[in-house]
Amino acid sequence: MASMKDIKRRKMSIQSTEQITKAMKLVATVKLQKAKGRAENSRPYFDAMYGTVSSMLAASGTINHPFLKEGESSRKAIITLTGNRGLAGGYNANVERLVTGSGFDKDDCVIYAVGTKGRDYLKKRGYSIAADYSEAINAPMYADAMEIGKKVLEDFKAGEIGEIYLAYTSFKNTVVHEPRLLKLLPLKAEDILADAQEEEVSAPLTYEPEAEVALDHIIPKYINSLIYGALMEAVASENGARMTAMDNATNNADEMISDLSLKYNRARQSSITQELTEIIAGANALA
Amino acid sequence: MADKVLKLNIMTPDRTFYDGEASMVEFTSTEGELGIYPGHIPLASIVAPGVLTIHEAGGEVKKAALHSGFAKISTDEIMILAEVIEWPDEIDINRANEAKERAQRRLSGKDSGLDIQRAELALKRSLTRISLKG
Repeated sequence: MASMKDIKRRKMSIQSTEQITKAMKLVATVKLQKAKGRAENSRPYFDAMYGTVSSMLAASGTINHPFLKEGESSRKAIITLTGNRGLAGGYNANVERLVTGSGFDKDDCVIYAVGTKGRDYLKKRGYSIAADYSEAINAPMYADAMEIGKKVLEDFKAGEIGEIYLAYTSFKNTVVHEPRLLKLLPLKAEDILADAQEEEVSAPLTYEPEAEVALDHIIPKYINSLIYGALMEAVASENGARMTAMDNATNNADEMISDLSLKYNRARQSSITQELTEIIAGANALA
Repeated sequence: MADKVLKLNIMTPDRTFYDGEASMVEFTSTEGELGIYPGHIPLASIVAPGVLTIHEAGGEVKKAALHSGFAKISTDEIMILAEVIEWPDEIDINRANEAKERAQRRLSGKDSGLDIQRAELALKRSLTRISLKG
Protein backbone atom coordinates (compact mmCIF):
# COMPACT_ATOMS: atom_id res chain seq x y z
CA MET A 1 0.00 0.00 0.00
CA ALA A 2 1.24 3.43 -0.92
CA SER A 3 2.36 5.57 1.97
CA MET A 4 0.23 8.41 3.27
CA LYS A 5 2.72 10.92 1.99
CA ASP A 6 2.57 9.54 -1.57
CA ILE A 7 -1.19 9.52 -1.61
CA LYS A 8 -1.33 13.05 -0.33
CA ARG A 9 1.11 14.30 -2.94
CA ARG A 10 -0.85 12.64 -5.73
CA LYS A 11 -4.10 14.10 -4.48
CA MET A 12 -2.65 17.59 -4.45
CA SER A 13 -1.37 17.23 -7.98
CA ILE A 14 -4.76 16.11 -9.24
CA GLN A 15 -6.40 18.95 -7.39
CA SER A 16 -4.25 21.55 -9.10
CA THR A 17 -4.90 19.93 -12.48
CA GLU A 18 -8.60 20.06 -11.76
CA GLN A 19 -8.38 23.77 -11.06
CA ILE A 20 -6.87 24.28 -14.49
CA THR A 21 -9.41 22.13 -16.34
CA LYS A 22 -12.22 23.87 -14.49
CA ALA A 23 -10.93 27.28 -15.50
CA MET A 24 -10.47 26.16 -19.10
CA LYS A 25 -14.00 24.87 -19.17
CA LEU A 26 -15.35 28.21 -18.00
CA VAL A 27 -13.30 30.10 -20.57
CA ALA A 28 -14.44 27.75 -23.33
CA THR A 29 -18.06 28.21 -22.28
CA VAL A 30 -17.84 31.98 -22.54
CA LYS A 31 -16.04 31.80 -25.88
CA LEU A 32 -18.58 29.32 -27.16
CA GLN A 33 -21.45 31.68 -26.41
CA LYS A 34 -19.73 34.45 -28.33
CA ALA A 35 -18.78 32.24 -31.25
CA LYS A 36 -22.28 30.81 -31.42
CA GLY A 37 -23.77 34.29 -31.63
CA ARG A 38 -21.42 35.27 -34.40
CA ALA A 39 -22.10 32.09 -36.34
CA GLU A 40 -25.82 32.77 -36.11
CA ASN A 41 -25.37 36.37 -37.27
CA SER A 42 -23.51 35.26 -40.35
CA ARG A 43 -26.18 32.80 -41.40
CA PRO A 44 -28.73 35.14 -43.07
CA TYR A 45 -26.03 36.57 -45.32
CA PHE A 46 -24.86 33.12 -46.25
CA ASP A 47 -28.39 31.84 -46.92
CA ALA A 48 -29.13 34.81 -49.15
CA MET A 49 -25.85 34.29 -50.97
CA TYR A 50 -26.53 30.60 -51.43
CA GLY A 51 -30.03 31.26 -52.71
CA THR A 52 -28.79 33.81 -55.21
CA VAL A 53 -26.01 31.65 -56.55
CA SER A 54 -28.23 28.60 -56.93
CA SER A 55 -30.96 30.58 -58.67
CA MET A 56 -28.35 32.12 -60.96
CA LEU A 57 -26.98 28.74 -61.87
CA ALA A 58 -30.46 27.34 -62.35
CA ALA A 59 -31.40 30.15 -64.70
CA SER A 60 -28.18 29.92 -66.64
CA GLY A 61 -27.58 26.22 -67.00
CA THR A 62 -25.49 26.43 -70.10
CA ILE A 63 -23.01 29.06 -69.05
CA ASN A 64 -19.50 28.07 -69.87
CA HIS A 65 -17.38 29.48 -67.10
CA PRO A 66 -13.97 28.36 -65.80
CA PHE A 67 -15.30 28.18 -62.23
CA LEU A 68 -17.90 25.64 -63.30
CA LYS A 69 -15.53 23.32 -65.09
CA GLU A 70 -13.06 20.76 -63.88
CA GLY A 71 -9.57 22.32 -63.92
CA GLU A 72 -6.83 20.70 -65.99
CA SER A 73 -4.66 20.04 -62.98
CA SER A 74 -5.43 16.94 -60.96
CA ARG A 75 -4.11 18.59 -57.82
CA LYS A 76 -6.58 19.17 -55.06
CA ALA A 77 -6.45 22.05 -52.67
CA ILE A 78 -7.75 21.41 -49.19
CA ILE A 79 -8.40 24.27 -46.83
CA THR A 80 -8.14 22.74 -43.37
CA LEU A 81 -9.68 24.49 -40.42
CA THR A 82 -8.31 23.28 -37.10
CA GLY A 83 -7.41 24.93 -33.84
CA ASN A 84 -4.15 26.50 -32.75
CA ARG A 85 -4.47 24.78 -29.41
CA GLY A 86 -5.03 21.27 -28.20
CA LEU A 87 -6.98 19.96 -25.22
CA ALA A 88 -10.20 19.97 -27.17
CA GLY A 89 -10.96 16.27 -27.23
CA GLY A 90 -11.08 14.84 -30.72
CA TYR A 91 -11.65 18.17 -32.41
CA ASN A 92 -8.32 18.53 -34.22
CA ALA A 93 -7.80 14.82 -34.79
CA ASN A 94 -11.20 14.46 -36.46
CA VAL A 95 -10.40 17.06 -39.11
CA GLU A 96 -6.94 15.57 -39.63
CA ARG A 97 -8.42 12.11 -40.04
CA LEU A 98 -10.95 13.49 -42.48
CA VAL A 99 -8.12 14.72 -44.70
CA THR A 100 -5.92 11.62 -44.43
CA GLY A 101 -8.89 9.34 -44.87
CA SER A 102 -10.39 11.23 -47.79
CA GLY A 103 -8.87 8.85 -50.31
CA PHE A 104 -6.88 11.61 -52.00
CA ASP A 105 -3.29 10.81 -52.83
CA LYS A 106 -1.15 12.99 -50.61
CA ASP A 107 1.22 13.89 -53.43
CA ASP A 108 -1.80 15.24 -55.23
CA CYS A 109 -2.93 17.49 -52.40
CA VAL A 110 -1.90 20.91 -51.33
CA ILE A 111 -2.96 22.16 -47.95
CA TYR A 112 -4.06 25.69 -47.18
CA ALA A 113 -3.83 25.50 -43.44
CA VAL A 114 -5.79 27.51 -40.93
CA GLY A 115 -4.78 26.34 -37.48
CA THR A 116 -1.33 25.17 -36.42
CA LYS A 117 -2.49 21.80 -35.11
CA GLY A 118 -3.68 20.57 -38.47
CA ARG A 119 -0.78 22.21 -40.28
CA ASP A 120 1.90 20.49 -38.18
CA TYR A 121 0.20 17.13 -38.27
CA LEU A 122 -0.28 17.09 -42.02
CA LYS A 123 3.22 18.40 -42.61
CA LYS A 124 4.63 15.52 -40.60
CA ARG A 125 2.56 13.13 -42.68
CA GLY A 126 4.20 14.42 -45.85
CA TYR A 127 1.52 16.73 -47.22
CA SER A 128 2.73 19.92 -48.81
CA ILE A 129 1.55 23.13 -47.22
CA ALA A 130 0.87 25.90 -49.73
CA ALA A 131 -0.13 28.62 -47.32
CA ASP A 132 -0.69 29.15 -43.64
CA TYR A 133 -3.35 31.42 -42.16
CA SER A 134 -3.23 30.10 -38.62
CA GLU A 135 -3.53 33.57 -37.12
CA ALA A 136 -7.03 33.84 -38.55
CA ILE A 137 -8.60 31.19 -36.34
CA ASN A 138 -7.98 33.20 -33.16
CA ALA A 139 -10.51 35.85 -34.13
CA PRO A 140 -11.78 35.24 -37.65
CA MET A 141 -12.85 38.31 -39.56
CA TYR A 142 -14.44 38.52 -42.96
CA ALA A 143 -11.19 40.01 -44.27
CA ASP A 144 -9.43 36.73 -43.42
CA ALA A 145 -11.94 34.75 -45.44
CA MET A 146 -11.47 37.17 -48.33
CA GLU A 147 -7.72 36.71 -48.20
CA ILE A 148 -7.90 32.92 -48.19
CA GLY A 149 -10.55 32.93 -50.91
CA LYS A 150 -8.49 35.21 -53.09
CA LYS A 151 -5.40 33.04 -52.78
CA VAL A 152 -7.13 29.75 -53.67
CA LEU A 153 -8.99 31.32 -56.58
CA GLU A 154 -5.77 32.76 -57.95
CA ASP A 155 -4.12 29.37 -57.80
CA PHE A 156 -7.19 27.82 -59.40
CA LYS A 157 -7.15 30.34 -62.23
CA ALA A 158 -3.42 29.84 -62.71
CA GLY A 159 -4.12 26.12 -63.23
CA GLU A 160 -2.04 25.03 -60.25
CA ILE A 161 -4.97 23.30 -58.65
CA GLY A 162 -7.98 21.65 -60.23
CA GLU A 163 -10.34 21.27 -57.29
CA ILE A 164 -10.84 23.07 -54.02
CA TYR A 165 -12.12 21.44 -50.85
CA LEU A 166 -12.83 22.78 -47.42
CA ALA A 167 -12.28 20.54 -44.38
CA TYR A 168 -13.91 21.92 -41.26
CA THR A 169 -16.09 21.00 -38.34
CA SER A 170 -19.69 21.98 -38.71
CA PHE A 171 -21.48 23.08 -35.59
CA LYS A 172 -24.80 21.37 -35.03
CA ASN A 173 -25.26 22.21 -31.37
CA THR A 174 -23.15 22.52 -28.24
CA VAL A 175 -22.34 18.84 -28.03
CA VAL A 176 -22.68 17.66 -31.63
CA HIS A 177 -20.01 18.74 -34.10
CA GLU A 178 -19.45 16.98 -37.33
CA PRO A 179 -16.27 17.07 -39.41
CA ARG A 180 -17.13 17.83 -43.02
CA LEU A 181 -15.34 17.90 -46.32
CA LEU A 182 -17.00 20.38 -48.64
CA LYS A 183 -16.24 20.88 -52.31
CA LEU A 184 -15.93 24.55 -53.20
CA LEU A 185 -14.82 24.44 -56.82
CA PRO A 186 -15.55 23.56 -59.53
CA LEU A 187 -19.12 24.45 -58.82
CA LYS A 188 -21.53 21.97 -60.34
CA ALA A 189 -24.99 23.23 -61.06
CA GLU A 190 -26.36 19.73 -60.28
CA ASP A 191 -24.74 19.68 -56.83
CA ILE A 192 -26.22 22.98 -55.86
CA LEU A 193 -29.62 22.36 -57.34
CA ALA A 194 -29.91 18.96 -55.69
CA ASP A 195 -30.59 20.62 -52.37
CA ALA A 196 -31.99 23.94 -53.45
CA GLN A 197 -35.33 23.85 -51.75
CA GLU A 198 -37.82 26.26 -53.27
CA GLU A 199 -38.04 26.97 -56.94
CA GLU A 200 -39.11 30.57 -57.17
CA VAL A 201 -39.30 30.95 -60.89
CA SER A 202 -40.31 34.57 -60.92
CA ALA A 203 -39.42 36.95 -63.69
CA PRO A 204 -35.99 35.96 -64.99
CA LEU A 205 -33.21 38.17 -63.71
CA THR A 206 -31.36 40.46 -66.00
CA TYR A 207 -27.69 40.69 -65.37
CA GLU A 208 -25.76 43.83 -65.48
CA PRO A 209 -23.02 43.17 -66.57
CA GLU A 210 -24.01 40.00 -68.44
CA ALA A 211 -24.12 36.62 -66.73
CA GLU A 212 -20.58 35.42 -67.49
CA VAL A 213 -19.00 38.57 -66.12
CA ALA A 214 -21.38 38.66 -63.20
CA LEU A 215 -20.46 35.11 -62.24
CA ASP A 216 -16.85 36.18 -62.28
CA HIS A 217 -17.66 38.60 -59.47
CA ILE A 218 -20.26 36.66 -57.59
CA ILE A 219 -18.60 33.26 -57.33
CA PRO A 220 -15.56 34.63 -55.44
CA LYS A 221 -17.95 36.34 -53.03
CA TYR A 222 -19.84 33.08 -52.68
CA ILE A 223 -16.61 31.22 -51.90
CA ASN A 224 -15.60 33.90 -49.40
CA SER A 225 -18.90 33.63 -47.61
CA LEU A 226 -18.57 29.83 -47.48
CA ILE A 227 -15.11 30.13 -45.98
CA TYR A 228 -16.29 32.75 -43.51
CA GLY A 229 -19.24 30.62 -42.44
CA ALA A 230 -16.95 27.62 -42.01
CA LEU A 231 -14.51 29.68 -39.93
CA MET A 232 -17.34 30.77 -37.65
CA GLU A 233 -18.63 27.23 -37.23
CA ALA A 234 -15.12 25.88 -36.67
CA VAL A 235 -14.49 28.32 -33.84
CA ALA A 236 -17.80 27.47 -32.23
CA SER A 237 -17.10 23.75 -32.60
CA GLU A 238 -13.62 24.08 -31.17
CA ASN A 239 -14.86 25.79 -28.06
CA GLY A 240 -17.75 23.37 -27.74
CA ALA A 241 -15.36 20.43 -28.03
CA ARG A 242 -13.01 21.96 -25.50
CA MET A 243 -15.84 22.65 -23.11
CA THR A 244 -17.02 19.03 -23.27
CA ALA A 245 -13.48 17.67 -22.95
CA MET A 246 -12.69 19.86 -19.97
CA ASP A 247 -15.99 18.99 -18.33
CA ASN A 248 -15.10 15.31 -18.60
CA ALA A 249 -11.61 15.99 -17.28
CA THR A 250 -12.99 17.85 -14.28
CA ASN A 251 -15.42 15.04 -13.54
CA ASN A 252 -12.65 12.46 -13.79
CA ALA A 253 -10.47 14.50 -11.47
CA ASP A 254 -13.30 14.68 -8.94
CA GLU A 255 -13.70 10.93 -9.10
CA MET A 256 -9.99 10.33 -8.63
CA ILE A 257 -9.82 12.73 -5.73
CA SER A 258 -12.65 11.03 -3.89
CA ASP A 259 -11.01 7.68 -4.56
CA LEU A 260 -7.69 8.93 -3.23
CA SER A 261 -9.31 10.52 -0.18
CA LEU A 262 -10.75 7.15 0.70
CA LYS A 263 -7.36 5.51 0.31
CA TYR A 264 -5.71 8.25 2.32
CA ASN A 265 -8.16 7.88 5.20
CA ARG A 266 -7.72 4.13 5.21
CA ALA A 267 -3.93 4.49 5.32
CA ARG A 268 -4.24 7.00 8.13
CA GLN A 269 -6.55 4.71 10.06
CA SER A 270 -4.29 1.72 9.65
CA SER A 271 -1.23 3.70 10.72
CA ILE A 272 -3.04 4.83 13.89
CA THR A 273 -4.12 1.29 14.61
CA GLN A 274 -0.57 0.10 14.15
CA GLU A 275 0.80 2.79 16.46
CA LEU A 276 -1.72 1.89 19.13
CA THR A 277 -0.86 -1.79 18.84
CA GLU A 278 2.81 -0.95 19.24
CA ILE A 279 2.23 1.23 22.33
CA ILE A 280 0.06 -1.36 23.99
CA ALA A 281 2.57 -4.09 23.16
CA GLY A 282 5.36 -1.91 24.64
CA ALA A 283 3.35 -1.20 27.81
CA ASN A 284 2.61 -4.90 28.25
CA ALA A 285 6.30 -5.76 27.90
CA LEU A 286 7.21 -3.29 30.66
CA ALA A 287 4.56 -4.47 33.07
CA MET B 1 -46.17 56.44 -57.70
CA ALA B 2 -45.30 58.71 -54.83
CA ASP B 3 -46.65 56.45 -52.14
CA LYS B 4 -45.00 53.32 -53.46
CA VAL B 5 -42.10 51.95 -51.49
CA LEU B 6 -39.32 49.42 -51.89
CA LYS B 7 -38.31 46.94 -49.30
CA LEU B 8 -34.60 47.40 -48.77
CA ASN B 9 -32.52 44.77 -47.09
CA ILE B 10 -28.76 45.16 -46.73
CA MET B 11 -26.81 42.29 -45.27
CA THR B 12 -23.16 41.93 -44.39
CA PRO B 13 -21.39 38.76 -43.27
CA ASP B 14 -21.67 39.66 -39.59
CA ARG B 15 -24.85 41.67 -39.27
CA THR B 16 -27.98 42.93 -40.93
CA PHE B 17 -26.92 46.43 -41.89
CA TYR B 18 -30.26 47.89 -42.89
CA ASP B 19 -33.78 46.60 -43.06
CA GLY B 20 -36.54 49.00 -43.94
CA GLU B 21 -38.55 50.73 -46.61
CA ALA B 22 -37.32 53.27 -49.09
CA SER B 23 -38.87 55.31 -51.85
CA MET B 24 -35.63 55.38 -53.84
CA VAL B 25 -32.19 53.86 -53.57
CA GLU B 26 -29.06 55.07 -55.33
CA PHE B 27 -25.74 53.30 -55.60
CA THR B 28 -22.85 52.76 -57.97
CA SER B 29 -22.60 49.57 -59.98
CA THR B 30 -19.76 48.41 -62.18
CA GLU B 31 -21.79 49.69 -65.14
CA GLY B 32 -22.46 53.13 -63.73
CA GLU B 33 -24.67 54.87 -61.23
CA LEU B 34 -28.07 53.41 -60.56
CA GLY B 35 -31.17 54.98 -59.05
CA ILE B 36 -33.82 52.41 -58.26
CA TYR B 37 -37.50 53.36 -57.89
CA PRO B 38 -40.25 50.91 -57.01
CA GLY B 39 -41.32 48.90 -60.02
CA HIS B 40 -37.85 48.42 -61.41
CA ILE B 41 -37.26 45.41 -63.65
CA PRO B 42 -35.57 42.45 -61.94
CA LEU B 43 -31.85 42.97 -62.10
CA ALA B 44 -28.68 41.56 -60.59
CA SER B 45 -25.85 43.98 -60.44
CA ILE B 46 -22.31 44.15 -59.11
CA VAL B 47 -21.47 46.95 -56.70
CA ALA B 48 -18.57 49.28 -57.37
CA PRO B 49 -17.16 51.41 -54.55
CA GLY B 50 -19.38 54.42 -54.09
CA VAL B 51 -21.94 56.18 -51.95
CA LEU B 52 -25.19 54.43 -51.21
CA THR B 53 -28.09 56.83 -50.74
CA ILE B 54 -31.30 55.62 -49.19
CA HIS B 55 -34.35 57.88 -49.58
CA GLU B 56 -36.46 56.52 -46.79
CA ALA B 57 -40.21 56.24 -47.04
CA GLY B 58 -40.57 58.93 -44.37
CA GLY B 59 -38.59 61.43 -46.44
CA GLU B 60 -35.34 61.08 -44.54
CA VAL B 61 -32.15 60.54 -46.53
CA LYS B 62 -29.43 58.22 -45.29
CA LYS B 63 -26.02 57.70 -46.77
CA ALA B 64 -23.43 54.97 -46.39
CA ALA B 65 -20.14 54.00 -47.99
CA LEU B 66 -20.68 50.81 -49.98
CA HIS B 67 -17.44 49.24 -51.16
CA SER B 68 -18.14 45.81 -52.54
CA GLY B 69 -20.90 43.32 -52.89
CA PHE B 70 -23.80 42.77 -55.20
CA ALA B 71 -27.43 43.71 -55.43
CA LYS B 72 -30.47 41.70 -56.38
CA ILE B 73 -33.33 43.91 -57.45
CA SER B 74 -36.89 42.81 -58.00
CA THR B 75 -39.98 44.96 -58.57
CA ASP B 76 -40.66 45.81 -54.95
CA GLU B 77 -37.55 44.63 -53.15
CA ILE B 78 -33.84 45.26 -53.14
CA MET B 79 -31.40 42.96 -51.45
CA ILE B 80 -27.82 44.10 -51.20
CA LEU B 81 -25.25 41.55 -50.11
CA ALA B 82 -22.44 43.83 -49.06
CA GLU B 83 -19.00 42.60 -48.18
CA VAL B 84 -17.90 45.98 -46.90
CA ILE B 85 -20.27 48.82 -45.98
CA GLU B 86 -20.09 51.61 -43.40
CA TRP B 87 -22.25 54.37 -41.98
CA PRO B 88 -20.59 57.79 -42.03
CA ASP B 89 -20.01 57.73 -38.27
CA GLU B 90 -18.05 54.51 -38.58
CA ILE B 91 -15.51 56.06 -40.92
CA ASP B 92 -12.16 57.18 -39.64
CA ILE B 93 -11.40 60.27 -41.71
CA ASN B 94 -7.70 60.30 -40.84
CA ARG B 95 -7.26 56.74 -41.98
CA ALA B 96 -9.15 57.46 -45.18
CA ASN B 97 -6.92 60.46 -45.92
CA GLU B 98 -3.82 58.40 -45.29
CA ALA B 99 -5.09 55.60 -47.52
CA LYS B 100 -5.80 58.13 -50.27
CA GLU B 101 -2.29 59.53 -50.01
CA ARG B 102 -0.78 56.05 -50.10
CA ALA B 103 -2.82 54.96 -53.08
CA GLN B 104 -1.99 58.10 -55.05
CA ARG B 105 1.70 57.64 -54.36
CA ARG B 106 1.54 54.06 -55.50
CA LEU B 107 -0.31 55.04 -58.67
CA SER B 108 2.25 57.69 -59.59
CA GLY B 109 5.08 55.17 -59.15
CA LYS B 110 5.56 52.44 -61.71
CA ASP B 111 4.59 49.01 -60.52
CA SER B 112 3.13 45.77 -61.78
CA GLY B 113 -0.41 45.72 -63.18
CA LEU B 114 -1.98 43.96 -60.24
CA ASP B 115 -0.74 46.53 -57.79
CA ILE B 116 -2.11 49.34 -59.92
CA GLN B 117 -5.52 47.72 -59.85
CA ARG B 118 -5.41 47.37 -56.11
CA ALA B 119 -4.23 50.91 -55.62
CA GLU B 120 -7.02 52.18 -57.84
CA LEU B 121 -9.57 50.31 -55.78
CA ALA B 122 -8.05 51.60 -52.57
CA LEU B 123 -8.14 55.13 -53.93
CA LYS B 124 -11.80 54.78 -54.88
CA ARG B 125 -12.63 53.44 -51.44
CA SER B 126 -10.84 56.25 -49.65
CA LEU B 127 -12.44 58.88 -51.89
CA THR B 128 -15.87 57.45 -51.13
CA ARG B 129 -15.18 57.62 -47.42
CA ILE B 130 -13.85 61.17 -47.62
CA SER B 131 -16.74 62.43 -49.73
CA LEU B 132 -19.24 61.00 -47.27
CA LYS B 133 -17.48 62.47 -44.30
CA GLY B 134 -16.58 65.81 -45.79
